[in-house]
Amino acid sequence: MTRTLIIGAALSTLLIGLALLSLVWTPYDHTSLNIPNKLQPPGAAHLLGTDHLGRDILSMVMVGARTSLGVALLALAIGLSLGVPLGLAAAMHKGNWLDETIMRGNDIVFAFPLLVMAILITAVFGPSATNAIVAFGIFNIPVFARVTRGGALPLWEREFILAARVAGKSHAHISIEHILPNVLNLLIVQGTIQFALGIQVEAALSFVGLGVQPPTPSLGRMLADAQTLVTLAPHIAIVPGVAIIGIVMGLNLLGDGLRDALDPRLQKART
Amino acid sequence: MSLLHIDNLSLWIGEADILKSVSLRVNPGEILAITGESGSGKSMTALAIMQLLPRAARTSGSIRLDGAELTTLPERDLCALRGNDIGMIFQEPMTALNPVHSIGRQVAETIRLHAPSADADTQMRDILTRVGLPPDRVPPNRYPHELSGGQRQRVVIAMAIALRPKLLIADEPTTALDVTTQAQILTLLKELVRDFGMGLILITHDLAVVADTADRIAIMRDGEIVETGRTHHMLQTRQHPYTRMLFKASTHQVKLPKPPPPTALLDVQHLQCSYRLPRPRPFARPGQFDAVKDVSFTLMHGERLGLVGESGCGKSTLTRALLGLEAPSRGQILLDGTPVTTQGKANLKIRRRMQVVFQDPFGSFNPRHRVARLITEPFHLLDSPPRGPIRRDVMADALTAVGLKPEDASRYIHEFSGGQRQRLAIARALIIKPDLIIFDEAVSALDVSVRAQILDLIADLCRTHGLTYLFISHDLGVVRSVTDRVLVMQAGEIVEQGQTDAVFTKPQHPYTKKLIAAVPKLPDLRMQPLDGDRI
Amino acid sequence: MLRYMLKRLASLVLSLAVASLIIFALIEVAPGDPASFMLGINAQPETLAALRAELGLDVPKVQRYLTWVGGMLTGDFGTSYTYRTPVAEMVADRIAVSLPLALYALILSILIAFPAGIFAASRRGRPGDLGVMGATQFGVALPNFWFAMMLVLVFAIQLRWFPAGGFAGWDKGLLAGLTSLTLPAIALALPQAAILTRVMRSALLDVLGEDFMRTARAKGLSARQTLWRHGLRNAMIPVLTIIGLQFSFLFAGTIIIEQVFYLPGLGRLIFQSISARDLIVVESVVMLVVFAVILINFLVDLAYAVVDPRLRSPK
Repeated sequence: MTRTLIIGAALSTLLIGLALLSLVWTPYDHTSLNIPNKLQPPGAAHLLGTDHLGRDILSMVMVGARTSLGVALLALAIGLSLGVPLGLAAAMHKGNWLDETIMRGNDIVFAFPLLVMAILITAVFGPSATNAIVAFGIFNIPVFARVTRGGALPLWEREFILAARVAGKSHAHISIEHILPNVLNLLIVQGTIQFALGIQVEAALSFVGLGVQPPTPSLGRMLADAQTLVTLAPHIAIVPGVAIIGIVMGLNLLGDGLRDALDPRLQKART
Repeated sequence: MSLLHIDNLSLWIGEADILKSVSLRVNPGEILAITGESGSGKSMTALAIMQLLPRAARTSGSIRLDGAELTTLPERDLCALRGNDIGMIFQEPMTALNPVHSIGRQVAETIRLHAPSADADTQMRDILTRVGLPPDRVPPNRYPHELSGGQRQRVVIAMAIALRPKLLIADEPTTALDVTTQAQILTLLKELVRDFGMGLILITHDLAVVADTADRIAIMRDGEIVETGRTHHMLQTRQHPYTRMLFKASTHQVKLPKPPPPTALLDVQHLQCSYRLPRPRPFARPGQFDAVKDVSFTLMHGERLGLVGESGCGKSTLTRALLGLEAPSRGQILLDGTPVTTQGKANLKIRRRMQVVFQDPFGSFNPRHRVARLITEPFHLLDSPPRGPIRRDVMADALTAVGLKPEDASRYIHEFSGGQRQRLAIARALIIKPDLIIFDEAVSALDVSVRAQILDLIADLCRTHGLTYLFISHDLGVVRSVTDRVLVMQAGEIVEQGQTDAVFTKPQHPYTKKLIAAVPKLPDLRMQPLDGDRI
Repeated sequence: MLRYMLKRLASLVLSLAVASLIIFALIEVAPGDPASFMLGINAQPETLAALRAELGLDVPKVQRYLTWVGGMLTGDFGTSYTYRTPVAEMVADRIAVSLPLALYALILSILIAFPAGIFAASRRGRPGDLGVMGATQFGVALPNFWFAMMLVLVFAIQLRWFPAGGFAGWDKGLLAGLTSLTLPAIALALPQAAILTRVMRSALLDVLGEDFMRTARAKGLSARQTLWRHGLRNAMIPVLTIIGLQFSFLFAGTIIIEQVFYLPGLGRLIFQSISARDLIVVESVVMLVVFAVILINFLVDLAYAVVDPRLRSPK
């Protein structure tokens, strides 16, 4: 059990827990305006202060984090549900036309930087949270396809896979029964990394107006609002930023910890 | 005065005792072999002499080279010593060289490091010539990936002996090599010891290599030296029971029952398996590599057939073709008259009559499944696999047949030792009562004592289950013991076949002769009288 | 070597062709007609048709695609719908800000990451390593645009060491230009440097476990000499991959950072064009960025071959 894993799990649980808590409770209603009370520094009444419209920043961050997590999670789901089958299929027949096509396709998608992809989609369909999810989801597909294929290829050379083939099992059958469970560790680790990245991507896209649209609060939207006011009241920029760093660090540490914790078992099985 | 003195060397990593009070000595011009099974501490002893131990290791005791204590020497002085006074050769020539530097540069590095001089390049060329890589045939600007395994091992040797060290340590230097290459490398090492007057510590698990090469032998088990002595003397006395066991296991012979009268089971006709090579130039015709060329042979019911050959001879491709994992390019494979593959697809009805046991006891099972699921995987081939209590009985029978217990079915694979896993692999092959089992290097990764047990098991199964098998191995001694007839394969072709005893005693083909001559042999121990040769 | 280069070159051309098709197709499905958007809802049909002809919108799609690609190849990126100036000119002005910024950030990232990664790897598990790794965990999590805001707050507003935004222009001299790009480059580089440090460290640690490193020690090289002479070059392959990826990330990342620092780069141009529905500009800028990314990946592939002789020889 590593320290990294414990810190990561604790940090992620705390912050994601706070975000989920906003479903049932927030200190204040995050939509209620209170202009006379605007730009209050952190204090007893408002633990993290208020924004330019007098809204409670803690409540906003809780709700905003929930939005950001939702965006990241949906994009992750798109990447996993398409990337993993593609990676398994490519590894099944290494080097044949299917593998070549999938890997070439991956290269093409990789040639579009995430932000450029989001810009293109927004230019065509207009800005929305959905388009941010689709853009990051598409970006995630080749990531998971590569991880899955990379993990699966050496497995196909292993003798237990040959034994399964001698037992007459089809490639697809073997992929699901033997390959998938053995690349699961890699997918869990990559999944936490992409999830963390998703939080940052949502923030960046919403910051430049390509992501979540008003009035829905998100961490990136809060920072966009704060940009012009940061000199007057730094806390309205600092709080959402620290929240992003906290969640991302928590998830990354969790991913690192999981990699260390899951690896020795594989090692043990091998040697 | 001996060259190397190790006194009461003990070594721990964490709680584990790796070496327990090891004492050894090596004289100049002497070859000391350290031998023993895996985990005996042979390699750790070598690393202790080099003072290249893992950081977590702690030692006590003394290691003296020419009277100078190494264990207390500062790192700077050790660096000056390594490569200059002590050279080392490693097991894996494929990974022991830096892939991004030319071989000449790597050899010259040793020279430049310890003896900076203008003619390091000339010296490098001389050394490479000395180890059998003359610059006009193997230019020093070649990279490791352009060389064969044997050539790479020669480069490693050149680096180690470039400055004529007093002591050379060779850690399993020929284990990864083919038997003919092994003979060449051992000869080279012996010559170098003679010419340079070096002391050589040869670490190997192969007792026949030891008997052929060493002046003295130290036998290790679990971090302790159980016996040391002059080779000749040790071969005759073998005082320690463990020594006796090792020698006995190394030459283990099993007794096979008589095969039934010959009726053909497997018929391989003019089999050819080819791979496409990349086009030599764009738009040129792609090349073709024939891994198996025009191979024909017949395997009878109840026959135990051997297949020997060196790496790259096409054994693995042939195995895959026989199992229907790969479609042949030409020719056919018939089992009782029915082809194994039709139109590139494996014929399921035929495939259920064949099973295989692989080499790697650690890689041939999915680490995430229990034994019950692992050994019943071949049931997938049956139209109506047994269920419920019948399934349990079949499983129990298979486990009992290979010397395990029915209760083992609920355990995971990592709870078993290498030998037990190989028993499980045999149980998996037996469970659907196949007509033919292919043993693909099935005992090659095992220690000699475990190997002997598995060979006994195979012989037992021949008696109880009337096995028919094809036993593929690079180890001629093992093949000789467990087969009735043998095929010799070279570069994709069967160059000789015949009754095992006949082929081994009177080989006809030059390649077979070369192969058999290259195998190091233990002298016949029963025959020799005890003479006065004592230490 | 030649064979390898030709193969990579063919792959480069293919990638470019497919990418241009995707971009063209996406822009084609965009709702709304640029001509009617430019003239407003009350436009006369004849004026509209004339403008459509002028913009080249009245010819078949295949021909339009070929005209577009052909133009790109000869440096003619078309004419902006809104400004009625050649896109190539607009892009050239902007790229003079964005490209130097991306390169500046990339150089900073490498300058920080190489020493930090080597330092951490050579002190594996010791306090120095733990310190560096802790710092990278923070760096990786740092959103660059937020970090940019904090940098402005401290170094521009409080300390007044750097301008808070805007671009002095290269005609004011190299130093003035670089000064206005320094804070943006730091904001972009630091999170990337954290990633590169981690990659450098783990690549080195992987190499440290290789057999040939032990061979090198057995020759008498010290641990440090072994790392420099045998470790570094072998560790470069994963590091080069990440540097390639970072360039594309940084180049795209300038788009966001320019918003924080009010820099007149490609990012500003692209956002203006999106809101004005000046799609020909969006199309050309996106193609340009994608071209840069594909080109960099090609160069990284060539760098692999320089580092690793196994890729140079025909198999």
